[in-house]
Amino acid sequence: MNLWMWLLLSCLLAYAWKLLGYLVPSSLLRNPRMSRIAGTMTIGLLASLTVVNAVASGQSLVLDARLGALAAAGVALWFRAPFLVVVIAGAAAAAGLRLLGWN
Amino acid sequence: MKLLQSPAVRIGLSISIATGLYGVSFGALSVTSGLDFWQTMALSLLLFSGGSQFAFIGVVAGGGSGVAAMGAATLLGMRNGIYGMQINALLQPRGWHRFAAAQLTIDESTATSTGQTDPAEQRRGFWTTGIGVFVLWNLFTALGALAGGALGDPKQWGLDGAAVAAFLGLLWPRLKGREPMAIAAVCALATVLAVPYVPPGVPILVAAVVAAGIGWFSHGRSDEGLEPDVDPYAEHHAHGRRDHPEENPGDRTGGTA
Repeated sequence: MNLWMWLLLSCLLAYAWKLLGYLVPSSLLRNPRMSRIAGTMTIGLLASLTVVNAVASGQSLVLDARLGALAAAGVALWFRAPFLVVVIAGAAAAAGLRLLGWN
Repeated sequence: MKLLQSPAVRIGLSISIATGLYGVSFGALSVTSGLDFWQTMALSLLLFSGGSQFAFIGVVAGGGSGVAAMGAATLLGMRNGIYGMQINALLQPRGWHRFAAAQLTIDESTATSTGQTDPAEQRRGFWTTGIGVFVLWNLFTALGALAGGALGDPKQWGLDGAAVAAFLGLLWPRLKGREPMAIAAVCALATVLAVPYVPPGVPILVAAVVAAGIGWFSHGRSDEGLEPDVDPYAEHHAHGRRDHPEENPGDRTGGTA
């Protein structure tokens, strides 16, 4: 039940951000610094989420088959593969490495 | 019939299919992260912003608290406010249209709309992409959630690796040029350094603070990082921005002095 609460609150806040853009006078939000922070924060958060999912396990750093997934996704993206192919490449690399015995 | 001749509608439909399909990966990852079917669907129906949804389940999967998951998802949703402003200036929706438009304001609908020059095309582009992605994203989320729940041990199928790949896939299109790469590297480093010292989920928020600091004090392109997850104009514009990092006047001063 607790997770439901945070989940619904997240949905509410997500909608609030979206609506804010429509309701606030554009001169106020069209501050270049605001859009710049929205942009750098998007990059920073996605980089952080990538790293956390690749090497974090609770509060420790672990090097395991997920690193193979990161590398495979990088190669797929380099060759401009579509998003779904990238995701499948990541899963296949992790599953494959585990089959070969690297946890 | 005439509607299908509109370039914005055609781009909108193709982007809807491309984006909608990866709802499968979200649905599957969400249930293996520990959310149930309805929690997964609530995120796709109500939150409806891919990056934020992946962030929420990514934090939960890593053992992070609900508050941390909410923090990451909400901060990542900030750019939608900027998009809302752009769409409001372009389309000026009135009445209930405005509230519907707000929910449909995401990377893809904004990119399709702002990529057009004719006002009627901007309007068609926004609504086609917004509604198209919404419908398909939710359909495929449901499919993924049902399939993912039936898979058994998610690690055996490499689904934790799929999550890593998904985040890298969302980050990649935004890394055009040296500066966004530097931001990504610094935030990745901050995350790694923070992991052992703070509870799961919090390292992501640490990176958010670092990224906001960089945004506040630096003077690069003001739309840095606001590229869509899937660029509807990738085919035509791929060589525009990417090959001209010197567009940014800040970069010029360095070498010549």
